[in-house]
Amino acid sequence: MSVATAGTTGWTNKVSAALAALATVRDPELDEPITTLGFVASCVVSGEGHAVVRLRLPTYFCAPNFAFLMVADAYDAVTAVPGVRSAEVILEDHFASDAINAGVAAQAGFVASFDGEAVAELGDQRAQFLRKAVMAGTDLVCRPLVAAGVTPPELQALTLGAVPASQELARLRERRAELGLPAGDDAPLLIDPLTGARVDEAQVPLHLRRARVTRAGIEANTSICSGMFRVRYPEAQTT
Amino acid sequence: MYEKDGEKYFIVDSHMHYWSAGPDNWVKGAEQYAKGWIECFHAYQSLGPQETHWPIEKFMSYTEDDLMKDVFEDGHVDIAVFQPTYLKEWYAEGFNTTERNAALGAKHPGMFIANTRFDPRDGDVGLEELRRNVERYGSKGVKLYTAEWNNGSRGYKLSDPAAYRYLEAAQNLGIKNVHVHKGPTIWPLDKDAFDVSDIDHCATDFPDLNFIVEHVGLPRIEDFCFMATQEPNVYAGLSVVIGGLMHARPKFFAKVMGELLFWVGEDKMTFGSDYGIWEPKWQVEGFVDWQMPDDDELSDYGKLTTATKKKILGLNAARLYDIEVPKEAQLPVVPSAREAQDSAQLVTES
Repeated sequence: MSVATAGTTGWTNKVSAALAALATVRDPELDEPITTLGFVASCVVSGEGHAVVRLRLPTYFCAPNFAFLMVADAYDAVTAVPGVRSAEVILEDHFASDAINAGVAAQAGFVASFDGEAVAELGDQRAQFLRKAVMAGTDLVCRPLVAAGVTPPELQALTLGAVPASQELARLRERRAELGLPAGDDAPLLIDPLTGARVDEAQVPLHLRRARVTRAGIEANTSICSGMFRVRYPEAQTT
Repeated sequence: MYEKDGEKYFIVDSHMHYWSAGPDNWVKGAEQYAKGWIECFHAYQSLGPQETHWPIEKFMSYTEDDLMKDVFEDGHVDIAVFQPTYLKEWYAEGFNTTERNAALGAKHPGMFIANTRFDPRDGDVGLEELRRNVERYGSKGVKLYTAEWNNGSRGYKLSDPAAYRYLEAAQNLGIKNVHVHKGPTIWPLDKDAFDVSDIDHCATDFPDLNFIVEHVGLPRIEDFCFMATQEPNVYAGLSVVIGGLMHARPKFFAKVMGELLFWVGEDKMTFGSDYGIWEPKWQVEGFVDWQMPDDDELSDYGKLTTATKKKILGLNAARLYDIEVPKEAQLPVVPSAREAQDSAQLVTES
């Protein structure tokens, strides 16, 4: 990522704040921040508070709905930064760049940006992929517990508050909260990501299997996307 | 036939291409899409071993000689299945048509199986073309690319009534195998274009057709696995899984293989090199040598047997395409298609 570093203190602060805001934007499919994925090509903020963010993706044909979400989320995140008065977010090198960039700039929404090609906004898509993130997060949290000898009936009875604190647990709780699912200390660890209901004891082994394959799918997808991204932008810094 | 440590492997490359993607074949006004497409494919190649990477010029327009050498002479493949992809909105003569494939196949009898394709948006004309292709090239399989752009449309679902009409017609013409590949643009764009639930419907409604989901539904492996475990006639096409992960990300490759073996089963997984994206040589040799690593994180996945590898590399696809396998490469007891369907672990939710 190329980030201008010269300028007054206030100005660089604004860039740092804009980058911090961009770090809250995730690829909805990969469930990773666009900053660590390397998708932020550049971010500059003028003295007058005009922010220009350039985004880039692993391929020319990345799915336009997810691309739109990232551009729109980046726009919202950056315009919320104190001191940023206006913002422009530009998706580069994508087959639908023009439609997405114009749509986000006009705050038009997805349906209007792809006139005749879409029938609904992207909330359902976002929720669907958040549910996948919840399942993958369930595997991350449960795997060490199972390895330590926790049995399926014990897992079924566990609440979030009874699970040892970890980054993975915090992330799982965040994703559940975003979906409006129970995420407090007394909420069950194992829930149906659609309804929020506690998983039945008999269903625990299958639930864990589903959690595991969901995580494997996201990881495989992420590894292919980042492999493609590195070929396309070898100079990019990713983590 | 590939031989290693006294074992003989009959190799069926069930997913490969002979494309023409150079600037001379780009549609005027759509050059950016034609270029974007082939560059995207080229980037996939870089996920294979360095010494197998080609310059973009060769990648756009590899020759018959390249293909015969890479696939058969060096690549250990016994029979290769052509999977056409038309993309005529971007490539004037088509990216990789039934005719182009079959013309090459005709020069090398017994080495290729020429699948054809259809697009349900092509109406009666398309049905007639499908009939002609099956008659002329003896196709037993079709490749469907549901994200293909067609006359302002950005793709279709296999559960569309028009698609059902084509599937019925294909079945009546003797088509057995339907290879499905999903891509990023399906109308409406707000839906998940990679969603595999339409294949679920077709697999239930057309129990005598086999649905080979190429790239195992990537990037929706989990959805594919849940579906495949419940549908006896759904297969996992391993193109991209071996090519894109085995070398570049071995740990994720192990996890994906472990999941597929669990949910789909070794009788319903088929090797495809995806040539010209990746050469088969390193994939075949690497997979025969590959084993589930000893790693705590992978400890609940089983090890692969030699028989498992023989099935995946050729015997399963030979069964789908009625290919005669030389005796020395057969397994003692080859399961029938029905048994293979039954051996998949059927998991249903209450």
